[in-house]
Amino acid sequence: MYTQALNTSDAEDRQIEDAARAGLFQARIDAEERIEPNDWMPAAYRKTLTRQISQHAHSEIVGMLPEGNWITRAPSLRRKAALLAKVQDECGHGLYLYAAAETLGTSREELVDLMLAGKAKYSSIFNYPTQTWADIGAIGWLVDGAAIMNQIPLCRCSYGPYARAMIRVCKEESFHQRQGFEIMLTLCRGSDEQKAMAQDALDRWWWPVLMMFGPPDNASQHGDTSAKWKIKRFSNDELRQKFVDATVPQAQFLGLTIPDPDMTQDEAGHWVYSPIDWEEFNQVLAGNGPCNRDRLAARRKAHDEGAWVREAAAAYAAKRSRRDVAQAAE
Amino acid sequence: MATPNVPLWEVFIRSRNGLAHKHVGSLHAADATLALQAARDIYTRRGEGLSIWVVPSSAITASDPAEKGMMFEPAESKIYRHPTFYDVPEEVGHM
Repeated sequence: MYTQALNTSDAEDRQIEDAARAGLFQARIDAEERIEPNDWMPAAYRKTLTRQISQHAHSEIVGMLPEGNWITRAPSLRRKAALLAKVQDECGHGLYLYAAAETLGTSREELVDLMLAGKAKYSSIFNYPTQTWADIGAIGWLVDGAAIMNQIPLCRCSYGPYARAMIRVCKEESFHQRQGFEIMLTLCRGSDEQKAMAQDALDRWWWPVLMMFGPPDNASQHGDTSAKWKIKRFSNDELRQKFVDATVPQAQFLGLTIPDPDMTQDEAGHWVYSPIDWEEFNQVLAGNGPCNRDRLAARRKAHDEGAWVREAAAAYAAKRSRRDVAQAAE
Repeated sequence: MATPNVPLWEVFIRSRNGLAHKHVGSLHAADATLALQAARDIYTRRGEGLSIWVVPSSAITASDPAEKGMMFEPAESKIYRHPTFYDVPEEVGHM
């Protein structure tokens, strides 16, 4: 044995071992193998995924609020039933995602508490208000449309539980987008006032929806490692462009005008949009959007008002298990 | 105050008769009855199943992926367990 080896501390050994494991880990990722919960993974991979999946879960849960706002005022029973089902789906998506996040070692309760304490982020889009019924159409068509663009590549994410949750979510999102588009189409084929309402919703949602894809590639902080780890397979700008290219013809079909008069189509057929106001995005992320305080207050209220239900269920379960133990002893 | 932890359950669903129950995910519930109801609401909103099992996650004993080499080596090395190991002349036909 070399004398040097006697001097290495445990920590150094661990670092050398971790470097070797990290190499094997990256080789598995490169070979398109999926990583499962009990597999070894670098601490930074675990941390990145916990952050991303829990933020995604929070977004689904907070996302129920702007749409829930219109359930009681939906214009027909058909619309109301569809909206109820959609909002229930969003809740389900939140729960699949919390379950996926938990497999990385942080409990759902801890993750929810972080969100309620205002220490975790959720998608900036849900800090905008739903002022008219047309906003429900615009959310389904544009917000869910953007979410699908983002989520389809996540079905092939390197982390197994996240990828599996996304497969379920994507199947369900398709109904969401179609019901939104149908609302827009009905309004656009209606009276002048209804069509104006649809145009107004598009005007207000267009830019915030483009911001949903996150900062431009030259300013994104998580892009490089996420791509290396195959968590993210397309950059923010690539996904944004795909979304714009898919959406412009749909707006034309509706007879609506995208609120970007300088938009042009390049030779390759891509729609070139005007610069995005990232200052607005940063302000909303920093908590200064139109509804940030409202959304968190509503989540906290719901959580607090549900406390007695959690307590009662736990008390009943404890009583039942005591009774079972007593009966078994007889 | 931190929200107290609620027990975790694993959910298995039989999508139609003739198929085995398959793991679909997990959920939190105070007891088995609530776990079954939550599993129905979370995992079968579109007719995904005919039967649900819920199992407390703590009741599952799992093999350690770090030891998978040792664990599954015997299966790797015994090629004589596969039909292709045996030579049967072509004249004999399909066997």
